[in-house]
Amino acid sequence: MNHNVHKKIISINFGFFSPKQVIDVASAKVVTPELYDREGYPVDGGLMDLRLGVIDPGLRCKTCGQKLKECPGHFGYIELARPVIHVKFVRHVFDLLKSTCKSCARVLIPDESLKRYMSLLNKVQEEEGFESRRRKIKEIVGKYKLKEKCPHCSAKQEKIKLEKPYNFYENDVRLSPIEVRARLEKIPQEDLSVFGFKENEFRPEWLVLTILQIPPVTMRPSITLESGERSEDDLTHKLGDIVRINQRLFENINAGAPEVIIEDLWDLLQYHITTFFDNSVPQLPPARHRGGQVLKTIASRLSSKDGRIRHNLAGKRTDFSARTVISPDPLIDLNEVGVPLVMAMRLTVPERVTPWNKEYLKKYIVNGAKKYPGANYIIKSDGKRKTITEETKDEILEELDTGYVVERHLIAGDIALFNRQPSLHRMSMMCHKVKILPGRTFRLNPAVCNPYNADFDGDEMNLHIPQTEEARAEAQVLMLVETQLISPRYGLSVVGCIHDAITGNYLLTKELVLTRNEAADLLYNCGVTDFSRLPHKDKIDGKEVFSMLLPEDFNFIGKDKSGNEVKIVNGHLKTGLMDKSNLGQESGLMLRNIYETYGPSYTATLLGKISKLGIVVLARRGFSIGVRDMDLPAETKEEIQNIIQKSEDEVVRFIDQFYAGKLESLPGRTVQETLEVKIMEALNRARNKSADIAMRQVVNSTALTMARCGSRGNPLNIAQMSAIFGQVALRGKRIEKGFKDRTLSYFKENDLSPMARGFIRNNFKSGLVPHEFFFGAMVGRDALMDTALRTPKSGYLYRRLSNAMQDLKVEYDGTVRDASSKIIQLMYGEDGLDVAKTKGGVVDVKKIVQHVIGVTQ
Amino acid sequence: MKSDEIQKVISGYKDVLPMSVLEEVENSLPSTISKSNATQIMDETVAAYNAARVNPGESVGIVSAESIGEPGTQMTLNTFHFAGVAEMNVTTGLPRIIEIFDAQKTLKTPMMEVFLNKPHNTNMDTIRKFATSIKETLFDEFVVEFALNIFDQTLRITLDKDILADHDLSEKDLIKCVKLKAKGFSIESTEGSILFTQKGKAGEIKELYNLKEKIRVVKVKGIKGILQVLPVKRGEEYIVLTSGNNLKDILDLPEVDATRTLSNDVHEVYKVLGVEAARHAIINEVYKVIEAQGLNIDVRHIMLVADLMTTNGNVKGITRYGVVSEKASVLARASFETPIKHLINAALEGEIDNLTSVVENVMINQPVPLGTGLPGLVTKMK
Repeated sequence: MNHNVHKKIISINFGFFSPKQVIDVASAKVVTPELYDREGYPVDGGLMDLRLGVIDPGLRCKTCGQKLKECPGHFGYIELARPVIHVKFVRHVFDLLKSTCKSCARVLIPDESLKRYMSLLNKVQEEEGFESRRRKIKEIVGKYKLKEKCPHCSAKQEKIKLEKPYNFYENDVRLSPIEVRARLEKIPQEDLSVFGFKENEFRPEWLVLTILQIPPVTMRPSITLESGERSEDDLTHKLGDIVRINQRLFENINAGAPEVIIEDLWDLLQYHITTFFDNSVPQLPPARHRGGQVLKTIASRLSSKDGRIRHNLAGKRTDFSARTVISPDPLIDLNEVGVPLVMAMRLTVPERVTPWNKEYLKKYIVNGAKKYPGANYIIKSDGKRKTITEETKDEILEELDTGYVVERHLIAGDIALFNRQPSLHRMSMMCHKVKILPGRTFRLNPAVCNPYNADFDGDEMNLHIPQTEEARAEAQVLMLVETQLISPRYGLSVVGCIHDAITGNYLLTKELVLTRNEAADLLYNCGVTDFSRLPHKDKIDGKEVFSMLLPEDFNFIGKDKSGNEVKIVNGHLKTGLMDKSNLGQESGLMLRNIYETYGPSYTATLLGKISKLGIVVLARRGFSIGVRDMDLPAETKEEIQNIIQKSEDEVVRFIDQFYAGKLESLPGRTVQETLEVKIMEALNRARNKSADIAMRQVVNSTALTMARCGSRGNPLNIAQMSAIFGQVALRGKRIEKGFKDRTLSYFKENDLSPMARGFIRNNFKSGLVPHEFFFGAMVGRDALMDTALRTPKSGYLYRRLSNAMQDLKVEYDGTVRDASSKIIQLMYGEDGLDVAKTKGGVVDVKKIVQHVIGVTQ
Repeated sequence: MKSDEIQKVISGYKDVLPMSVLEEVENSLPSTISKSNATQIMDETVAAYNAARVNPGESVGIVSAESIGEPGTQMTLNTFHFAGVAEMNVTTGLPRIIEIFDAQKTLKTPMMEVFLNKPHNTNMDTIRKFATSIKETLFDEFVVEFALNIFDQTLRITLDKDILADHDLSEKDLIKCVKLKAKGFSIESTEGSILFTQKGKAGEIKELYNLKEKIRVVKVKGIKGILQVLPVKRGEEYIVLTSGNNLKDILDLPEVDATRTLSNDVHEVYKVLGVEAARHAIINEVYKVIEAQGLNIDVRHIMLVADLMTTNGNVKGITRYGVVSEKASVLARASFETPIKHLINAALEGEIDNLTSVVENVMINQPVPLGTGLPGLVTKMK
């Protein structure tokens, strides 16, 4: 591919250009504010001078002779008529002026103590940084300043003031930049080290500009509008202003104009140069376009999220990527991703031609770009790229030789990275194997929705195709779905059966009895081909069918969701049901045990089989939900009504007690708060009880089945649909605001009764009455608001954490260190365990004990 | 095999297994076990432990940041929550986590859990007494009325006798407290009131008024900063929850069990008990919130953050002024916040960026020195 010699950058040195260096690196001196002549050709000595680089196609750079996109651009300079202070260094100049002598320019610290302070300052800098050093110097100088005399030449010191943004005053007399510069020039080199500046590479007078460096044209390209008009970059505009004023200042000085005019122009020059660097200096009006739009100058180009650093440098773009809507496909494997055919024909994988794969690759070329599986390009040994078309096909086939690279279409089994934003953890980007499917969406197994946090209400995801062997190997070894099954956050599984897969297995192991044919059919559908283990009986229990998927030597004792024992002996499910606590994510204990014994890829395959089994069972058996599922038998209804009535009576009693002044307050609370706490408690108890009763209900509905096995819904949901919605809580309290002294105009003022404070007696099936509906909406809105406020807050916390911790790594000696090799922890997590390799953060000793004792007994 | 023999077997593995794993073994071993079984278990544990160790080069920092950042979206923003059913209001959820990681100096809800020594923590009455004794009580709370007599230049303060009795105080005790503030006044006390008269020449009425304002906020009793006290039962014993904290003074009290008493202010813990304690305070406080939210995050991740915040021997927040400002790399700092400031200082100082961490290398398109990017391969060229 590319044959560039790669060099490694070892370090980057930050420093300062001296005026001489600026002139040395410059390839042009800018003298005129004009940009183009009448023909639209860049003016020599103008801001778009061809020596500064080219931005027009067809022209050649006068400095390096290269064309557009080849020439990196070259710096230029302007000679300023009068020196100007660089805004970004005003503070530093101020500090220097304040801490040096007016006449001899030495630091205002006596020679004898200088050495002592030097070591102190160096220490401060090392520990707390450059900024603190400056602060410390100020402090030290402040101590000596009281004497108001230079310790070196005994000259009297005057008070220097900084009037922001850039004017210096000494005893109310303004110091012009010339004077400032003169003083800085006098500061002896050896005193500079006191300030922590680099010796021999820096002079403080450089902070006052006499020469302004002009950025290359390539950094500020102009754009040509549709009308053929040219629109210049903001920086060019600003530079134009600077050059114009500078020229005028020159002319006026040469013509001997009155001092006032010169001063004014000088100030204007200072303003323009200031805004050139930073257009958001607090004390200055920002420079604007004619339309009033604020100019975007250097400082604002760099900073913030859309700035050069975060947007362009730290953020990368890539080719060979695709994005589309996702949809579920439970029939593809866990580590597969369904890629639409149209995408597969545009995404390519480079394959290098060797004597052994030449014929194989030729087949792709024969198919060409339009027929799948084909190839789009070839890259010759010299790096030249050729498109494969009907015309070039034969020629390419002829010349194809070892060392060529064929960019063939994506085929099944290729490696791809699949990602969904926001990429909050490493499982947000995993490696999948490509499977080409018809249609226009990406397909993924619903079991991997959880790590991606994806659903199918219109979510889109991204796909990247690694282009080198190294990248593919790394992706496959480190990022493949099965290697990511255990979360490094808590050491438990993040992937497991969901929804129908759980329900299906639950029903299968709970109540289904099949004929042998049915059983074989089911198993065949989820990928089992060896039926020798299937018992030779007419009626086969669902548990036996499920056991077919388990490895023959697998033993497991655990519990199901309702607390009953689950026992698997030699790959046979003896007792217990398969539900969320064995198959699901996080809690999925049976799966977790399989993972430990049989390894990641076996688990992934088994998970796929179990999921399929569950889904196929449901498809055969039939499973659906309707309003009817929310029906409760009359006696259950009555029981629930009684409970609610009872607690409402209780609440009324509390309120009566409260008004009678007999309610005793809880410690640390007022009587009113106590009342609220008690009411909330009573009403929530009522709801929870109703939920329990609804769950105990004898009539079996599909909704209940789902809640029981943990695939979807919980007792609360069931209760809210079929029994009672319950008390609405706004910010942890009952609803209390709305109208004056009441929640809605329906109610009497100061009504404390459950109904008036957001207790919803109805359920979703019976339907809410208007005020209940309104209360529900209030809470819904509050929840929405909460999420909207929370997301940016937690996002910022995350950003800060990841920025602070990104360079921490485990060294070979087991310590955790940062980028400068400072030790953060002597042993990671105090015991050196990797959370992703443990079970919930601990080594599973119990299992070892079981294993050892079991063996010897 | 007897238990001490088992102990002996276990302690033989002290060098190869960390404390936490040894404890786990101790808890899991059945009471009767043969020696050979015990050694076999130990050996297998060592093997399991070694298999579960972190790989060198593992980017544990990012993993921890992800582990804490990812569930951040699931945390509630509800600032106030009840710690227990009817106890105090405490900041929880995301705001509290942010508060701790920022190492904020002033907390929204400063709190302490004061544990007491043996005889004091057993019954409700003694604990209640103790609680009232540590609560900061201001002079103002005893006062029914301030009466300024302009004509006589006097200030008469009427006191609430019941409250006085509650606190076991007399007028004399109160006068003792305010004496220092009332220079230039003569003080007389009668049953249930105190009278201040301006000494000597009739001064300005303003001084009397100032006196009133001054003595209102005089601390009469208790410990400074303890605004509210709440005795509660924790398991078998009674403890005192306080809102507002002053760990230093509380620990000085003889009744207090200094080994268990906690403050939720990390900085205060640092000042009173040192960095190690501050590190623990960070871990505990963060873990408390995470548990209360029903989230599942391994302690190791929080430990790493806490260690990072305290490596320098003092508590630093995860902010641009704290931990991030100490990064060695200019570009890493610049890519976080305030890039211009960092670039300018780097130029003045002549800093060198050695490209040892992550973002710098991302910026210049070089492999990152973490994980697989860390090792280099050396081939023997013939």
